[in-house]
Amino acid sequence: MSLLTLSNLSVTLRTRAVLRDVSLDIGEGEFVGLIGPNGAGKTTLMRAALGLLPFSGESSLTALPQHERARIAAWMPQSREIAWPISVETLVLLGRIPHLGAFGDPSPEDRARVDAALDWMGLDAMRHRAASRLSGGEQARALIARALAQDTPLLMADEPIAGLDPAHQISTMRTFAQLAEAGKSALVSLHDLGMAARHCTRLVMLSEGRLVADGPPAEVLTPERLADVFAITAWYQHTDQGTVYQPLEVLR
Amino acid sequence: MSRLAIGLCLLVIALFAASLLIGPAGTGPGESLAALFAGDGGPLTLVMREIRLPRAILALMIGASLGLAGAAMQGYLRNPLAEPGLIGVSGSAALGAVLSLQTGLAAAFALALPLSALLGALIGMGLVMALAGPRGGSLTLILAGIAVSALAAALTSLVLNLSPNPFAANEIVFWMMGSLADRSFTHVLLALPLMALGALLLALVGRGLDALTLGEDAAGAMGIDMRRLRLTIVTGTACVVGAGTAVAGAIGFVGLVVPHVLRPLVGARPSRLLWASALGGAAMLLAADIAVRVILPARDLKLGVVTALVGAPLFLHLILKLRTERI
Repeated sequence: MSLLTLSNLSVTLRTRAVLRDVSLDIGEGEFVGLIGPNGAGKTTLMRAALGLLPFSGESSLTALPQHERARIAAWMPQSREIAWPISVETLVLLGRIPHLGAFGDPSPEDRARVDAALDWMGLDAMRHRAASRLSGGEQARALIARALAQDTPLLMADEPIAGLDPAHQISTMRTFAQLAEAGKSALVSLHDLGMAARHCTRLVMLSEGRLVADGPPAEVLTPERLADVFAITAWYQHTDQGTVYQPLEVLR
Repeated sequence: MSRLAIGLCLLVIALFAASLLIGPAGTGPGESLAALFAGDGGPLTLVMREIRLPRAILALMIGASLGLAGAAMQGYLRNPLAEPGLIGVSGSAALGAVLSLQTGLAAAFALALPLSALLGALIGMGLVMALAGPRGGSLTLILAGIAVSALAAALTSLVLNLSPNPFAANEIVFWMMGSLADRSFTHVLLALPLMALGALLLALVGRGLDALTLGEDAAGAMGIDMRRLRLTIVTGTACVVGAGTAVAGAIGFVGLVVPHVLRPLVGARPSRLLWASALGGAAMLLAADIAVRVILPARDLKLGVVTALVGAPLFLHLILKLRTERI
């Protein structure tokens, strides 16, 4: 079953076309990495798909009423805003807002989802600390846990692993891969092409607002496209320890 | 109910009782309460029912409104320095009142002053909403609020400036300091419908404010309709603040300080801060109105002066505490 279908999505901000005719379909069990240089339109694509930006074209999510969208797709924006010193546990519980009943009291299931999300992101020990006083990387993990607690078939995250230490980058990517193995899907923008090649099941490459490639990592990350889109060279090898991908030199 | 809720409720009840029992009549508590409930038509019954009861009820209502609106504004703007007056409603309500004092309308019939203040508040709210636009974020709302506040303040100054009558100017200045003295049940009934409507609207925004902790984008993706949330908060705040300013004048610092003091006690959750601040605001205004009568009973000390005198140092203390925490 398709979780997200975008057809001919275009976004124009102040007369500048930021996104042009992007069509995309995400099914179940996919870990999709959204890659492209700065300004390629990755964030715009995800925000438009969620209905947070005015756009032309179609998104299967915005065809639904707003409160139903929140049960299909969770969103973790790039800006890590935590306005008040609420506890990490309360922060993660915010992800349950679309599921809460009329009176807003969390059910045992809500509590269980929160505990699972905290456990997944290794935040159990700091669940009672004030989220706004955590380090940047810890805040990012808490916000990922918040999105996980929303427990949606599709998780969309904008550069979730930026600023995380290597161990947490890998475990976060593993978490998304596990979601995909369990039949859910993730659409995640990434700048670390090595991480993308190693963990994603599928890559979508954007360049100057257009979709230029869509497929398995090995087919998308060709030397020609890297030169065209990113202006870099890279070393790419399937080893007995999995896919290894290392960007090497700048071409321009 | 949490311990905080019980504690705040007990505090409000105690202060409400104290507000009823303290006054220049100087009767014993038992006697006063007996007169209030017995209703024998004697002079003490009249004092209790027509002077002290409406005063205490107004302090409770206005204090709760200011606390609630302050918590809602701070939650919506995600800024601990926000206060209900920020959206320009109290300034434009004051302008309406000042105009009615200046033109002599207020002297012509009793309700002219609060009614013109309410009209001012509604016009101010309409202007702010029109300026901020239907889709704008919180920044445009702040800017529109500042513009309307500045305009209202300038026009108020102009009225004072051009006032040919020094007594009218004097009256205007004193009215703007805020007071609950000599209010009647007519004032309670005038403010009540609008305040109840505003409080109901503000009571509904808890979940949206909680989600907004993570920013407008994240809240929007969690199913919160940001346009409706903003409309609800601005309308609710305008109703409670406009009605409060209309009957009691401008009373500052309650909506700023109370949410700030209570925030750590509710785990900083915006939704829990709403009701806590309503109770806390009621307690603060009841206490301030008691202080007005106890400290200088003969001099008609103004309520807004006391809340500012208490509020400003408290606020400074909080800023200093915040500074040491951040380092």
